[in-house]
Order: sequence, then structure tokens, then C-alpha cells
Amino acid sequence: MVTNITNLSRSGLYDWMLQRLTAVVLGAYSVFLLGYLVINPGLQFGQWAELFDETWMRIFTLLALISILAHAWIGMWTITTDYFNDRAFGRKSVLIRFPLQIVCFIALFSYVIWGVQILWGL
Amino acid sequence: MKVSIYRYNPETDKKPYMMDFDVAIPEGRDLMVLDVLNLIKEQDPTLVYRRSCREGVCGSDGLSIGGTNGLACITPLSEAVRGNKLVIRPLPGLPVIRDLVVDMSLFYKQYEKIKPYLINDTPAPAIERLQSPEDREKLDGLYECILCACCSTACPSFWWNPDKFVGPSGLLQAYRFLADSRDTATEERLAELDDPFSVFRCRGIMNCVNVCPKGLNPTRAIGHIRQMLFKSAT
Repeated sequence: MVTNITNLSRSGLYDWMLQRLTAVVLGAYSVFLLGYLVINPGLQFGQWAELFDETWMRIFTLLALISILAHAWIGMWTITTDYFNDRAFGRKSVLIRFPLQIVCFIALFSYVIWGVQILWGL
Repeated sequence: MKVSIYRYNPETDKKPYMMDFDVAIPEGRDLMVLDVLNLIKEQDPTLVYRRSCREGVCGSDGLSIGGTNGLACITPLSEAVRGNKLVIRPLPGLPVIRDLVVDMSLFYKQYEKIKPYLINDTPAPAIERLQSPEDREKLDGLYECILCACCSTACPSFWWNPDKFVGPSGLLQAYRFLADSRDTATEERLAELDDPFSVFRCRGIMNCVNVCPKGLNPTRAIGHIRQMLFKSAT
């Protein structure tokens, strides 16, 4: 068992499953938005705002935002531990890797909060 | 024919370099790459490489041949030569000891980690532990691995994290014991693999399947391990 503390769940299996479930959510959301834009050519702001006034659309969007948080965190964590590890940057690689992981987390967390502000017009 | 070989002697060379040899290939015969190496060794006895059985059974002469990992003894020149030139390098990703010989310690450490032996705490029977032909069949495509390291050293995930990711070869063996009806340590074995590195660094790019000289499929075995982990956890 290889131990670590910075990945999402400490279990490779849980991360793996979560990445796939969130991929399905993101895929469904992308297809829905794309389909909506195709079905409604010449879309006006009023109709667009109405769509996002619906509770189900807000839930769907928030779910997609949280999915991005989990999905991208698992992916970015994997990338940082692949390319910014001791083999690439020597024994002090953690000084590069950990700040990068923090930047990723702050960016992703900000997307969720920002999204909530937009959705509820706060 | 021109043969370009990776040379490095840590006692005399500051840096590794490629050395070119001209080798006379007998007409009308498709030599194996190992035969060519032997011809070169007659020219230059200082060239170092590993070989033993010369028929693809021992797994000693895994090399990067024309950019693809394979066993020198069973790779014919007709497959290996590109643009009338043969390029031979050591297996990528492992430290080079000298010329074409690499230090396989990390590879063996990962193999050791998966406990490559039967674990069974039930009392030993008088003669032997029996297995039905169906259960024995489950080990086909797994037990044939000769630990030549062609697959693991073709795997980028193993290049980046050879100390943490078990690698295709080790995982094929891990599944060989998970699938064995005579082994009773399934849960313990799975618990050891359930971290984000050991199994889950596999991104399924199938380089391992592409290079395995025995035609085995580590990616499929890794998929089976994931399924077992998933079943035991949900």
C-alpha cells in the first residue's frame, strides 16, 4: 500500500470511480447545453435567463460544477504527481508540487463559489 | 548492415553515446537481433549485454530494438531493421549499469511487493492442493510471464513512478494469484492494491500489450483487478 495525503479520497478505487461518475455528469451536461443551443437558434437573453431560473437547471448546473471540482482535482493531482515528482525535480520536488496543487484547488474551488453566485444572482 | 548501439561504461565514459558497427549479414538468412549482437561481440569484446537461453524463455535479453522493447533472441532482423539500420538501446526507464545492461532492482521490488507466491492458511493436504481444469484455465495468459521487463519499461506510468506504481508485469502476476483458486489471501492482496498508485496509475494506453514478447495482456489483467476491487468495495 502506497500512502499519500493530497489526493481526493486516499483510495485509488474511490478516486477512479468518482472520476468516471463525474465524467458521465459532465458529458450529460455538455450534451444538454449543446442540444439546447442547437434546438433554439437565435436564443435571446430572456429565454436563457428563464432556463437558469428553473430549480432543476440550477441543481444540474451545480452538480456539473461540483463534478468539475472532483474530476479536475483527481486529474490535476495525478498530473502533478506524475510530472513534478522526485524523479523529475529531485528530492525537493514537493516544494514545486504542493504549491501547484494548492493553486489548482483554489482555482477549482473558486469556480464552484463563482458558479453559485451566478446561478442564484447573489 | 549498419548497427548503432548504446554504449556506456561508467568507469571510463562521462556520458553515454551511440557507437556504429558494420556487420556482414549472411545472405538469405533472417538472423535474430541476438545473433547480430554476438557477431558484434566478436568485433568488440568490450560490448556488454545479458543473454542466456537464446530462445525467448529466460527473459534476459529484453532490449529497446529500433525503438520498441522486445527480446533480442526472438526478434528477427526483418522486423527490427528500419531504413537499413538497426538501433539497439537498453530498456528505457531503468538505470544503466553498463552498455545494454540495466539495473532491474526497482522492477523486482515491485514484483516482490505483490507477494508472488500462493498463500493458503488451510491445513496442507496429504499430497497436493487440487484444482479443477476450469480453475486451472483461469491462469492461462497469466502464468507465462517470464519477467523480462519489456512491458513495465515501455509504460510511462512506470517511468514516472517506478517506486509506487507496480507496473504491468507485477500487476499481471498480482492477478495470477488473485485468480488462483488455491490462494486464500484475496482480500489481503486487494487491500494492498487499493491506493491511488499501485494499480490506478494505469491509464490503459496498452504499451505493455503492444510489446509483450509472450503475447500476454497485462491491461486486461489490470481491468480484472479493478473489477475485483470494485466488487469487494460496493
